[in-house]
Amino acid sequence: MSEVFNVSANPHVRSKDTTQTIMRDVLIALTPASIFGIYNFGLGALIRIIVGIAACVASEALYEYFMHKKITVSDLSAAVTGLLIALNIPSTLNVGYEIVGCVFAIIIVKQLFGGLGQNFMNPALAARCFLLIAFTGPMTNFVTDTFSGATPLAVLKPGAEPGTATSLLTMFIGKHAGVIGETSVVCLLIGAIYLLVRKVISLRIPASYILTFAVLIFLFAPGHQFDAEYMLKELCGGGLMLGAFFMATDYVTSPITPNGKIVFGVILGLLTFIFRMFGGSAEGVSYAIIFSNLLVPLIEKVTVPKSFGKKKPVKEAK
Amino acid sequence: MGKCTFKGGVHPFDGKELSKDKPIKELFPEGDMVYPLSQHIGAPAVPVVAKGDYVLAGQLIAEAGGFVSANIHSSVSGTVKAIEPRTLATGGKCNSIVIENDGEYKEVEYVPKTLAELSRDEIRERIKAAGVVGMGGAGFPTNVKLTPKNPDEIDYIIVNGAECEPYLTSDYRRLIEESDKVVMGLKVALALFDHAKGIIGIEDNKPDAIKIMQEKTANEPNIEVKVLKTKYPQGGERCLIYATTGRSINSSMLPADAGCIVHNVDTIYSIYMAVIEGKPLTKRIVTVTGDGVKNPGNFYVWLGMNYRQLVDAAGGLNGEPEKFISGGPMMGFAMYSLDVPVVKGSSSLLVMQKDIVSHISSSACIRCGRCGEGCPSHLLPSKLAGFASRNDETGFTKFDGMECVECGSCSYVCPAKRPLTQQIKAMRRTIMANRRKK
Repeated sequence: MSEVFNVSANPHVRSKDTTQTIMRDVLIALTPASIFGIYNFGLGALIRIIVGIAACVASEALYEYFMHKKITVSDLSAAVTGLLIALNIPSTLNVGYEIVGCVFAIIIVKQLFGGLGQNFMNPALAARCFLLIAFTGPMTNFVTDTFSGATPLAVLKPGAEPGTATSLLTMFIGKHAGVIGETSVVCLLIGAIYLLVRKVISLRIPASYILTFAVLIFLFAPGHQFDAEYMLKELCGGGLMLGAFFMATDYVTSPITPNGKIVFGVILGLLTFIFRMFGGSAEGVSYAIIFSNLLVPLIEKVTVPKSFGKKKPVKEAK
Repeated sequence: MGKCTFKGGVHPFDGKELSKDKPIKELFPEGDMVYPLSQHIGAPAVPVVAKGDYVLAGQLIAEAGGFVSANIHSSVSGTVKAIEPRTLATGGKCNSIVIENDGEYKEVEYVPKTLAELSRDEIRERIKAAGVVGMGGAGFPTNVKLTPKNPDEIDYIIVNGAECEPYLTSDYRRLIEESDKVVMGLKVALALFDHAKGIIGIEDNKPDAIKIMQEKTANEPNIEVKVLKTKYPQGGERCLIYATTGRSINSSMLPADAGCIVHNVDTIYSIYMAVIEGKPLTKRIVTVTGDGVKNPGNFYVWLGMNYRQLVDAAGGLNGEPEKFISGGPMMGFAMYSLDVPVVKGSSSLLVMQKDIVSHISSSACIRCGRCGEGCPSHLLPSKLAGFASRNDETGFTKFDGMECVECGSCSYVCPAKRPLTQQIKAMRRTIMANRRKK
C-alpha cells in the first residue's frame, strides 16, 4: 500500500469553543464592571486589577514550571481568577495583601488540589474569604477619597446603626462604596447577558439563586416583610449579582447535572439570606458560595439525570 | 404544526451546501468488483459461487448464513476471480467474493409484481431474497425488522429522512428525485401490518424535500410527513421515535417494543425495488463530498465498486487531503486506505483537507457540563469517561454507560477537546466482550 491516511475514532469534527474561548468570554463579560470600578474608585482600582491578574498568572506559571507540568496559563483561567479577586477587594487594600490572596487562590486552592477542574472551591472566593478573615480591617474599609462610611448593604443590615440610606437607582447604577467590582448592578447585568447569549452560562444557577433569595427576603426579612423596595435594595446591594452570575456559575465548583444546578441555586439563596439577615457581617454571598461548593458532590449524587427511555414507553390512546 | 424534536443534541457545521444541489449521477464501475460476505449485522453470507464461475448482474452470489443475515448479489456480469479476505472501510478484513467485470452488464431477468397480487409472506420473501438491509449504516436485515414478534402492535413505520449527519445529502436527493418510489416503498411496508401508519420524518433544513413529500402523500391518509428540528442526532433511531411519536425506548428495547419500525430512506427505496420491480439490492446512492475533492456530488453507485473510483468521479483530490471518512463526520469511519469496496451501508465518502482531530490536544475537564446537555441519552459523559479511564465497570454501568448510542455529541461539544466518545466506546466494547465470555 502506497499511502496510509490518518485514522481516529469518531467524531471527526469538533466545536469551535475551547476552554480558552470560554474564559475569554468571562473576561469580556467582566469588562463593563471593571471599567465602572475604575471610574468609581479611580487609579487604585486599575492598579489592583492589573496586580490581581498578573499575580495569579505568575503564580500559576511559576508553580507549573517548578513542578515540571505543562504551563497552562494560556487557557486564561488564572486571569479570570485574578480579575475576580481584584473585583472582590476594596480599592484601598494593600497591594501586598492582594498578592498574598492571589497566591493563596492559585497555589493552595487550585494547584495543590490538582489544577484546573479539580479545585473543590472557587479560588477567587476562597481567597476573598481568606483575606476577610486574615485582614478584616483593611478588607472592610470602604472609605475612599470619594466615599465615606458604610456600604449601602451595611445600612440595610437588621440591627445596624442607622446611616444614610442610598437610593435604589444609585445602587442599581453603582455609584457608591463597596468592593471594586460589585457596585454596578447594571454593568454586571450587561456582562451576564453577554454570557447567557454566548451560552457560556445558563440561567439555572443565577435565576434559582436570585429568586430564592428574593422570595425569602420578601417574606421573612426581619422588620421588612413584604417590603418590595427593601427586597430590591438587598438584591442590588453587596456581591449578590457578581456572585450569582460570575462566581456561583463557575463550572468547576458547581454541579454538572441540570437539576443539580437548580438545587445549588436554591441552597445559595437560602444560605445568603441566613448569613445576611442573621450573620455577623452584612455580606453573605462569598461564604454562601464557598460553603455550597462543598455540597456539590452530594448535590450531584442525588440529581443524576434519568437516562433516556428508562421508563416504560407510554403508548398514547389510539 | 410544531417541529418535532428531542432533548439534547448538538449543532455541528452542516456542510450540505457542497453537494445538496448536485443531481444523482450514475457511475459505471471499472475494474474488479469486491463483495464482502458481511455487509450486515448477523451471520456472514455463504458463497454459492466458486472461483471461475460466470455470473450475471443481479445474480445471487452468497446466501444468508442464518436468520439474521442477508443475501448478496453481483452488481455486474463477469467471472468470479477469487474468494479471499479484503479490507473494508471500517478497517477490518472480511472474506469477499471478487468478480472480474466483463463490462457487458448482462442481467438476470427480473419479475415485477404489483402490490395487490402479493401476500404478506410473499412481500417479506421478496425483500429477503433481494438482500435488503438497513442502509443507514447499521445494516440490520430488513425482512427481520419487518417480521416483529407481535405484528399487531406495530403502530408506526417511520421513514428516517432526517439525515442529521453533516455533509450527507444522499437521502435528500433520493427524496427529491424519486419521491414516488419512496412513497410506494413505504406503502409496501405498511401493507405488512393491519393498522400501522406511515411517518416520514425530515429535518427542516430540507424544505424542498418536505414540500415534495407532502405533495406526494397528500392523498395518502395513512402517511404523514413530520417536520423535524435540524439537530444532530435527530436521525438516531431513539431520538427519531421520540420526536415523531413521543415514545421512548432504551438500549434493552427494540423500536418494535414501542410499536415502531424505523427505516432509512434508501432502505425504503430498496424495499420498493425488491418487491415491485423484483430487483435485488445491487446499487445505492453515495455522497462524495468535503473540501478534499474537486467536484462534490451524489452518485448512483454499483455495490462492490472501489472507493478510488468515487474520488475520480468527484473530480479527483483537492491538494493532499489528510482524512478520508466513510460515512458522516460524526459517526463515520476514518479509512487508512481507499482500496475498499462500496457496501450496502456506505452512505458517503467524506474527504477532508485538514484532519481537525490530529491538530488539537485535550486539556483538563472544566466540568462545564456541555457533554451532558448534548447527550441524547441524557447521560453524564464526563463522568462515564472517568469510569472508563479507571476501568471501573461497576460505576460505568451504574451510571447507565450502556445506554450510550455513541453518536459523538459529547466529544464534539467538549471545550477541553477530551475524547469522551472514544473512551466510552472502548469501555462499552470491553463490557460487551466480558458479558459474552460469561
